[in-house]
Order: sequence, then structure tokens, then C-alpha cells
Amino acid sequence: MANLEINIGELKLKNPVMTASGTFGYGLEFSDFVNLERIGGIIVKGTTIHKREGNDYPRMAETPSGMLNAVGLQNKGVIHFVNEIYPTIKDINTNMIVNVSGSTIPEYIQTAEIINELTKIPAIELNISCPNVKHGGMAFGVLPEMAYSVVHEVRKVYKKTLIVKLSPNVTDIASIARSVQDAGADSISLINTLLGMAIDAESRKPLLSTVTGGLSGAAVKPIALRMVWQVAQAVDIPVIGLGGIMNWRDAVEFILAGASAIQVGTANFIDPAITGKIVDGLDDYLDRHNFTSIHDIIGLLNCD
Amino acid sequence: MKKFILDLVVVENEFINGSHFILKMTHNKPLPLMQPGQFVEIQIPHSTTSFLRRPISIHYVDTSKNQVWFLLQIKGEGTQLLSQSKVGDILNCILPLGNGFSVPAQFKRFSPLLVGGGVGTAPLLFLGAELKKIGIQPVFLLGARDQDSVLQLNRFNKLGTTYVTTEDGSFGEKGYVINHSVLIDSTFDMIYTCGPKAMMVAVASYAKKNRINCEVSLENHMACGVGACLCCVEPTKEGNLCVCKEGPVFNIEKLSWQI
Repeated sequence: MANLEINIGELKLKNPVMTASGTFGYGLEFSDFVNLERIGGIIVKGTTIHKREGNDYPRMAETPSGMLNAVGLQNKGVIHFVNEIYPTIKDINTNMIVNVSGSTIPEYIQTAEIINELTKIPAIELNISCPNVKHGGMAFGVLPEMAYSVVHEVRKVYKKTLIVKLSPNVTDIASIARSVQDAGADSISLINTLLGMAIDAESRKPLLSTVTGGLSGAAVKPIALRMVWQVAQAVDIPVIGLGGIMNWRDAVEFILAGASAIQVGTANFIDPAITGKIVDGLDDYLDRHNFTSIHDIIGLLNCD
Repeated sequence: MKKFILDLVVVENEFINGSHFILKMTHNKPLPLMQPGQFVEIQIPHSTTSFLRRPISIHYVDTSKNQVWFLLQIKGEGTQLLSQSKVGDILNCILPLGNGFSVPAQFKRFSPLLVGGGVGTAPLLFLGAELKKIGIQPVFLLGARDQDSVLQLNRFNKLGTTYVTTEDGSFGEKGYVINHSVLIDSTFDMIYTCGPKAMMVAVASYAKKNRINCEVSLENHMACGVGACLCCVEPTKEGNLCVCKEGPVFNIEKLSWQI
């Protein structure tokens, strides 16, 4: 039994396995399949200040070794979260983290302020990378100045651990990451989905109502790994890696590339019990290689 | 209802025509309780590109043999691979998912019509069998393209009177289910339907005009199957709802269909 504990800012994780926002509901949807308390952290569905109906159906298209989605941040708004969801999840013995999104900087600020008051929510993940909304979302995550502004403003009102989730749809991920660090983020998570599209040749129509959507799943892993590696070298704050992690071996690769923790997303749809298996697999890997702690392998990639 | 991830074993793969087959599956322990209208998510084995599980409705449950049946149509690579399943093969399934059709707990007279189109007839066999068990006489109306495409007619006939329409008139009445003469002056007080969207909209419209309670089973494209990803949504009077979790069966009064 190696030590799997890891800290992200002031956030204490019992192990580095988290679930990615939008792929694990509020956790409860998966309680029949996996012991939620074995997971290091659960990042719940993207939450906005106002209720959002999301995009029109169809919102999903399967692609080789992956999927496109264009959900568009459907959620009932932060007040609904506080009144209806929070009481049902607050006593789950893991870190329940809220993914916060918005169309404008004031919306991000207001939502973060409200979540800041919830004692059992130790961190937020600021989503400046959603590719599926018309206003805001990814727009904040593709320019270093914009990324700096939104993180800087939220930092003023949010007192606990602030994770910022980056978009891969940029030319220079390292410069965005540095801006976010300079603005006061405690941690960076990446990657959100890659902008993509799918077409039905027979009907000559796009498969998504929004034409383009976000690609996730095993297909994106090499890109995610590369970006995590680049960002881990560019910043001093802990990096949380995600993008196409399907099993413990993928998780190990992200940690070797420099991630302090990882998130499991689309894999939850294929195997709803995968998170528990990844925790076991990491533990076994460390034992087999005679490491005593997960810290021993963070960024241990040997490029010589 | 508690959901399970189970390795089910193929007992039989019965082809009923060139593109439709029935997978009969069992498990080494008693299968969980399932309700008509619920579905399972089947993992596609040995596939490089069929990445997501396939949501498949429960066609029939034979508790005496501890079997669950799935009626499938070969449509893409996933169902093509499933069609090659051999006796003894293992398919990893998540079940049971979603909410089934509602059946009255108490009734004096209850006369339901079960309307299915194509492979959408799948859940109606299980539903018909369960209705019959509690003393309700189901009547079936099945639509198909042609005689060869009428699915499971013998098994439906055993459960109740079964009317058929075919688009080319090669069997039953010619036309679509909605044109069938049994719908003229009918005395049904419930319609359950599953099939192509256009058919279900037509049936829902008929039910509404005739003030008949009606439930439809939707098959929007899904990813997770448990209400987490919010991909399979259907517009309803309560906003966009997940078909996998809030459905797949909906009362037409709840939907935002223009009927």
C-alpha cells in the first residue's frame, strides 16, 4: 500500500483520482457502481448563475475511439444547486468540487461568491474552456489577457482552492497557463474538449445541432498528455491532467508527464466503475516499482 | 432500482430475418428485477471504433430460465458485432436502466393497445406478457415495411390479438399503423407505443385527439445511460430531460411535441 495522498493548494485528496465535470453528474448517479468515498475528488456538473437549458438535441456523436458533445452547460443554476443538490452530496466523504462557468466575468464572480459560502465544497474549478456556448466559456480561455482577467476577479472573492480548467484549442497553452498562475490560481486542470465536428454523409447534415462540438475520449489522449507535459514545465502550481484517460496506465502516464492528480471523464460512460479500478491500479503500480508515495512519480518522465 | 454491471452469457442468438436477431442472455446468479420499457447498456466487445455502449431495450424476461432477451436490428458496426455473438460469449451489461411503462395498480376495466413499429416493437413483448400476468388483455398493433419485417408475430399472437400493417401491403392492412382500421371507433383506454419518431408522433396525436392516455418510449442517442452526461435530452414541459434517466418512457402530456 503506497501513499496516494496528494494536496492541491489547500485541498487534500486521499488519492489523485478525480472525476471530470459533466461526466459524473453529481456523483450519486454512479453510487450503485463505485464507492464514491474511494474517489479523491468529484467535480460536479458545470454550474452557472442562471438556469441554462443547453443546446438542442442532437448533442452527441460517437467518433472513432471518442465522442463529440455539445451539451452547452445545461444546469438549473447555482441557487438550485445550493438548495436542492448540495444537501444531498455534502456529506459524501470525498472532495465535492463545483465546476463554475459563465458568459461574463460578473457571472463567474457571482457564482463563485455563492459557492464560497458552502462549507463542504473545498474548491471550485473555473471553466474558462467550454467550447459549446455562444457567449463566454472558451472565449475566456484562449487569450492570456482574458484568462488573467477572469481568474484575477474570481480570486478576489473566492477564498478556497481555485482550480482553472484550460482549453486545448489554443496555439500556446504554456502562456495561458502562466497567465492563470499569475492571476492567482491554485491549480490548473487540462484539457477540456477539443473542438471538432462530424457529418452524416448520407443526409449531408452535421451530426450535432450546433455543427461543432467538443471531442473527448481515448482519441484525445496524446494531445492531452503533450499539453499537460508542456504546462507542468511552465508553471509552479500543481497541474491536474485529463483527456482520454481510460485506465490506470493512462493515469500513470499523465502523472509521469507532470500531473499531480488526474480526472477521469468519458471513461465513466464506458465503465461506470472505472474510477475505483484506477485507484487500485495506481496503488499496484507504485508497489510494483517500489515507490512509497505518489509524489515519487510526479513528473518522473525520463526524456534522456 | 439498484443498477448492476453484469457479465451476461449468450444462451442463444436467434436470427429472425436478415437484419434482426434476438440475443438471449443469462447470468450465473438471478437476474435483477426488470420492468417493461427499461433498457440495458451493452458494451461492444472487440471493437476498435464502437466506443460507447449500446442502449438496448429489454425485449422479454423469462424468469423461469433466468433469461433476458434483446431484439436488435443491425444498423452500424456495434450491432453488426453483436449480431456475431455465439453461445457462451460474454457481454458486459449495465442494467436495468431508465423507467418503464406505467401499469395501473388497480383497475376494473383496462384495455390497452400496444403499438410498435420496426425494431421498436421490442419492449412491447415484455410489456404484453407482464400485463397478461396481472389479468389485463393486451392488444397489439405492429407496423413493418413488408411481410419479412414483421417481427415476432407468433410470440405476440400468443399473448393477445395482434393487428399488422405493412407499407407494401404484403401482410395485414396496407399502410402505416395509424391508418389501421382497429383505430376507428376504438375503445382503448391506454396506448403504449415504441418505434420510429414519426410513427410515435402520429400515434400520440391520435391518442390526444381521442383523449386516450398514452406513453411513448424514446430512443434518443445516449452516452452514459444514467443521467450524467445530459446528451440524450428531450424537450419537455419541465425543460430538457434525459431520456436515459427520466425516460425512456414518457407520458405524452409531459412532452413538448406539437400534437
